[in-house]
Amino acid sequence: MAKQEIIEIKIEELLPKAKEFMAGNWRLVQICAAKLEQLELSYSFGKEHDLMTLRIILPSADVEVPSITDVYFAAFGYENELHDLFGINIKGNVIDYKGNFYTMAVKTPFKV
Amino acid sequence: MGNRTIIPFGPQHPVLPEPIHLDLICEDEKVVDVIPKIGFIHRGLEKLVEKKEFTDFVHIADRVCGICSFIHGMTYCMAIEGVMNIEVPPRAQYLRVIWSEFSRIHSHLLWLGLTADAFGFEALFMNSWKIREHILDIIEDTTGGRVIFGASKIGGVRRDISADKLKDVLNELKDIEVQIHECADVFLKDSSVKSRLVGVGILSKEDAYKLGAVGPMIRASGIPYDVRMNGYAAYKELNFTPVVENTCDSYGRCVVRIKELFESCRLIRDAAAKIPDSPLETKVVGFPKGEYFARAEQPRGEVVYYVKGDGTKFLKRFRVRTPTFANLPPLLKVLGGCQLADVPILVLTIDPCISCAER
Repeated sequence: MAKQEIIEIKIEELLPKAKEFMAGNWRLVQICAAKLEQLELSYSFGKEHDLMTLRIILPSADVEVPSITDVYFAAFGYENELHDLFGINIKGNVIDYKGNFYTMAVKTPFKV
Repeated sequence: MGNRTIIPFGPQHPVLPEPIHLDLICEDEKVVDVIPKIGFIHRGLEKLVEKKEFTDFVHIADRVCGICSFIHGMTYCMAIEGVMNIEVPPRAQYLRVIWSEFSRIHSHLLWLGLTADAFGFEALFMNSWKIREHILDIIEDTTGGRVIFGASKIGGVRRDISADKLKDVLNELKDIEVQIHECADVFLKDSSVKSRLVGVGILSKEDAYKLGAVGPMIRASGIPYDVRMNGYAAYKELNFTPVVENTCDSYGRCVVRIKELFESCRLIRDAAAKIPDSPLETKVVGFPKGEYFARAEQPRGEVVYYVKGDGTKFLKRFRVRTPTFANLPPLLKVLGGCQLADVPILVLTIDPCISCAER
């Protein structure tokens, strides 16, 4: 059966962990944000049928989050989405659309 | 170096069923770089979860996509069932497999038709869609809907298929399989089809894995990754093996989809033969508290549903990562260095579903 696990980490651990996952042959499955009392970022990696999620709690959207696109190029879409829709400050995205990945008629990032 | 020009492709283009915009940076007829833009049909479905009760939200999940509607609804239900530890009755698990596979057949036939249309083979396009109509008739006959099935429910399914109806369905499926064989022969053997697909849009095994490709995109590059191998619903009891090709090109992706049509027919027949008698649903008691990632194999590849609840009737967060979103980086990879005339085929090769990618 497929296993799934969520591990909470600090921002500074993100890049080393991503490199660790890449070295272990894990593929990037998804990245998402959740606006709860605090901002939560979830980076999910898959290997065979297992799913491992790294969880980062952000005190605010202004906190700089390092991009993992140098390790996982496929993260560029997710990271632009985090920036465009949630206003998260991603630093070092190799394809940074600077807020223009989602061509929206309404103003983003969403505030409510 | 030739003249460098930027050619806008989409969001409105004859080959695009849904809007995506690509800036194609070309040197003469060669595409050297691509810049995609999405967001034309963002519907805010993830936000809507805060205003709909978690039981009613199944109807929204059903509408994330108009082609693989059933699997979206089912995966949402699987996510809630995962949070609430609900065990789904066996008959419902088999019915989920049957409807999922009918979804796959109709989606792959739709793709075959669109691809034939993209390279100008109109008779093949119409033939693929003619066969698809019979599948839609079966779906309507068993669920009441042709596009939105509305058959998913947390804890099980909303409808049953009687033994007599199942027998009729299998008889019809036998005829449909013969028609698919005839149509597939043209796709697999015709020289004009091959001339547009063979060797076009190479995605190596390493790139497919590193770029997070899913579905026929990754399986045509020699990697046997298919979420059905996890054994969700009743797949664990049906000896499922994924279809894999090693050509890494557009032809390989076409072959994978065609072989999957027959594998889906086989899975439906096996599921119909083994379907047990049981209630159709487990009653849902309480509200979801906790979080869960559910994954299923859609016609386009792996879909991921994430839900988080705090013990109230409204979820705190719902997120869906669709196969099209995962296949965007591999698409950019295959477009780099291609000929301008191959762009429509290569865009179609990932079977793009933009409205579900944008949610």
